[in-house]
Amino acid sequence: MKKLSKAYLAIMMIFLYAPIFVLIVFSFNTTKSHSVMSGFTFDWYVKLFHNELIMHSLLNTFIVATAASVLSTVLGTAAAVGINNMKKLPKTLTLQGTNIPIVNPEIVTGVSLMLLFVFFSARMHFEFGFVTLIIAHITIDVPYVILNIMPRFRQMDPNLYEAAQDLGCGPAKAFFKAVLPQIMPGVLSGFLMSFTISLDDFVVSYFTSGATSQTLPITIYSMTRRKISPEINALSTIIFLAVVVVLVSKNIIERRAAVKGGIKG
Amino acid sequence: MKKLISAPYLLWMAVFIIVPLLMVAYFAFTGSEGGFTLDNLAAVSQYTNVFIRSIWLAAIATVICLIISYPLALILARMDKSYQSTVLMIVMLPMWMNFLLGTYAWMTILGNNGLINMFLGQLHIEPFKMLNTPGAVVLGMVYNYLPYMILPLYTVIAKIDTSIVEAAQDLGCNGSKVLWRVIVPLSVPGIMSGITMVFVPAISTFIISRMLGGGSNLLIGDLIEMQFLGNSYNPNLGAAISLVLMVIILLIMTILNQFDNDEGRVLI
Repeated sequence: MKKLSKAYLAIMMIFLYAPIFVLIVFSFNTTKSHSVMSGFTFDWYVKLFHNELIMHSLLNTFIVATAASVLSTVLGTAAAVGINNMKKLPKTLTLQGTNIPIVNPEIVTGVSLMLLFVFFSARMHFEFGFVTLIIAHITIDVPYVILNIMPRFRQMDPNLYEAAQDLGCGPAKAFFKAVLPQIMPGVLSGFLMSFTISLDDFVVSYFTSGATSQTLPITIYSMTRRKISPEINALSTIIFLAVVVVLVSKNIIERRAAVKGGIKG
Repeated sequence: MKKLISAPYLLWMAVFIIVPLLMVAYFAFTGSEGGFTLDNLAAVSQYTNVFIRSIWLAAIATVICLIISYPLALILARMDKSYQSTVLMIVMLPMWMNFLLGTYAWMTILGNNGLINMFLGQLHIEPFKMLNTPGAVVLGMVYNYLPYMILPLYTVIAKIDTSIVEAAQDLGCNGSKVLWRVIVPLSVPGIMSGITMVFVPAISTFIISRMLGGGSNLLIGDLIEMQFLGNSYNPNLGAAISLVLMVIILLIMTILNQFDNDEGRVLI
């Protein structure tokens, strides 16, 4: 049974990693072939870094992801505080509305926002670009910020805010000094989730970006449409390494935190 | 002040979530020159075959995901705690790559000059067509959405109280009985959320079908995309298709939830 489990795990790992492995191997190929290795080269990496379109869209991706995740964290944190203080019916309704972008197919979210932007761009004379893209990203990010923060309120003493005010804090100070530190882990994970969703998003961006605000996934898509280009392989290798570094360090940090907590406890 | 603080978000939700969806409904029921019409919805019926294909391929992909994820989730949940989180991280890592890259990789592997046909050629087997088939689309769906099935299954199974399993064993259940009478019924909520998380993106994808299915395996998503950004610009028809897609998903989810509740009752 143990052996069977290990074999199954191994097969699944091969299925999950084989495509990535193929991408990486052929990023070093001297020809454009994806089946025959003709020689080893770093040319595609050099070409990648000189490809202005890719570098430009990489920059765009980070601009959009940063702006959208910061703004959605602010908007979502304020929203979560308000929702937490709502009566039952408005609370249920708001949380159901918040769920819409999560449950709805991405393409419908993208298309519906595109309809809205088309309607207003004709009347208010603006074009699709960073503004529409960031608005769209905030719309898909905020629900995750709210859903990350809401459970934190259940663990918090509901009288904390009043207590801080009784002790002489103004409403703002009471929030920043008493409430915010309590919900901070939720705020932080909501922010990180927003950031990764925005970095990775293709479908919603595809319908709401303009010609100058193309993000990396959109550029990758248009490159795969034309022909096989090993620059994508080189890019995949770099993204894969980045993901490995981020996830491994996250794992190590969490383990250290767990060990520390264990000693304290 | 406490209530006002959520006002910006409520406004945001109204303008960028509710109004756009209402616009989809409005466009679906109006003609290109304005005025109420049912023509768009009637036109959707021409594409019944596309709808059936999408539901069918998404359903197959969801079932395959469930079948291959369940044993994996069981193995992960029973693994030694000291390296469980590390193995889980390794399983989930490919999910962090953009799905376009994985799909692109399969495109190069399955192609007529791709790795598999090249390997078959070495064995003197005639190359056969894998890319641009419905099978390739299903493979792409399974590959990309598999983590969304593994994660909820793992979470639910890992939470099952081991004393319940031990109690079943004490009362004479063998391994397969424990699995089918105890673990599977208790993991129904995870199965349901896994099905939702795989089926919804699978039925509405337009990238996977276009990259791996070629032109002959159009799905609902492709149809919608074509009405908004493709050659056949017709937002009214696109909105009508989107509306029908939402209704189909809502119906399927309602049926599934029914099943979920029934299972719960049987258990009690």
